[in-house]
Amino acid sequence: MYDKGKIVTGLVIFFVILAFPFWYNRGAMAPSPELELTDRAKQAERCIEDTAYMTTEHMQLLDEWRNAVVRDGNRLYVSEDGTEYVASLSDTCMDCHSNKADFCDRCHDYVLADPYCWDCHTYPEENN
Amino acid sequence: MENSRRSFLKKAGYSILGVGAGSLLIGVIPKFATAAPEQTASKYKSRPEALKANRWGMIIDTRKINRRINRNMQQACHRIHNVPDHVGKFGAKNHEIKWIWPTPFKNAFISQDAQYLSDHLKNTEIPVLCNHCANPPCVRVCPTKATFKRESDGLVLMDYHRCIGCRFCMAGCPYGARSFNYRDPRPAIENIEPNFTLRTIGVVEKCNFCAERIARGEIPACVEASNGASVFGDLDDASSDIRKMLAEQYAITRKPELGTYPSVFYII
Repeated sequence: MYDKGKIVTGLVIFFVILAFPFWYNRGAMAPSPELELTDRAKQAERCIEDTAYMTTEHMQLLDEWRNAVVRDGNRLYVSEDGTEYVASLSDTCMDCHSNKADFCDRCHDYVLADPYCWDCHTYPEENN
Repeated sequence: MENSRRSFLKKAGYSILGVGAGSLLIGVIPKFATAAPEQTASKYKSRPEALKANRWGMIIDTRKINRRINRNMQQACHRIHNVPDHVGKFGAKNHEIKWIWPTPFKNAFISQDAQYLSDHLKNTEIPVLCNHCANPPCVRVCPTKATFKRESDGLVLMDYHRCIGCRFCMAGCPYGARSFNYRDPRPAIENIEPNFTLRTIGVVEKCNFCAERIARGEIPACVEASNGASVFGDLDDASSDIRKMLAEQYAITRKPELGTYPSVFYII
């Protein structure tokens, strides 16, 4: 192999640059956010579905809700355990999770999610 | 290895057959796989207290309308629906947003011959709003189906999530019932009503016949505020109040020549 030294050096430099985000941000990574529950949410113990499901799938559920409510006029949601809830972000979700800054925003900021819910839908602090 | 033209053509033929049969299978298999019925549909239902109808309609009795009732109807509607008041707040007449508003008779009914109009109709404006047409042109022109006609009760509604602000519907609506949010509505709303959403800059909005109140078993806010000058009910039910009134009294709709079949009737 000709120019072995140059090639190996080049490869090493290439991989160092490739890994730039990893070594540059080492130690600087923000800890994953702790969600704060309101007293009401703590007392309820269970959200409308399992906590694990709500954590990962709440956006899909809200998407279903908006189509059911806006387009079909079906404003009641029956959860897995048979309880009926009014399918409303402002009235049902934010009724319990009235601490948007400590509940919604913490996670959304962390994962750089920027949902446009609040452009139109109201939340408790805003109403005061 | 001998590779004659004959053997090449044979192999090519088999390959094409194989690929064709394979793609056929790919098309067929998923249909069987997803044949199981979806259960999500039963997870949603309408509220039991919701008012039900096949085709909601409204009668406005122009004989009972006066300036105060006009104002009450508009205020009741605009307050509960977070309709921004750009005109009152900033004097931005071009950016006015209105769901229901009073207008002179000759403007509301341009195809009526307004010669020798009665003094009452000459002096009093009458309330106009989205007609919730049976044959709505705004629904036909909407490219995203943001505006749609709800099959269950005939209301012409908007899904603001889907509106891209193209304003085809504003061009399509012959009644000027739609308004565009040229600016942020928030600064122009005095008190935000928490039970209803706002809109954003760049979407069209219009009267929703108080679909959110009907779902709670209440009649539209303008009808409630009209002091008996308007009646709300099911146009499809011959025994409803609205149909009884229509059977007794002659009522007109706006621009009937267009074939939109409005659901808002006016008794003159």
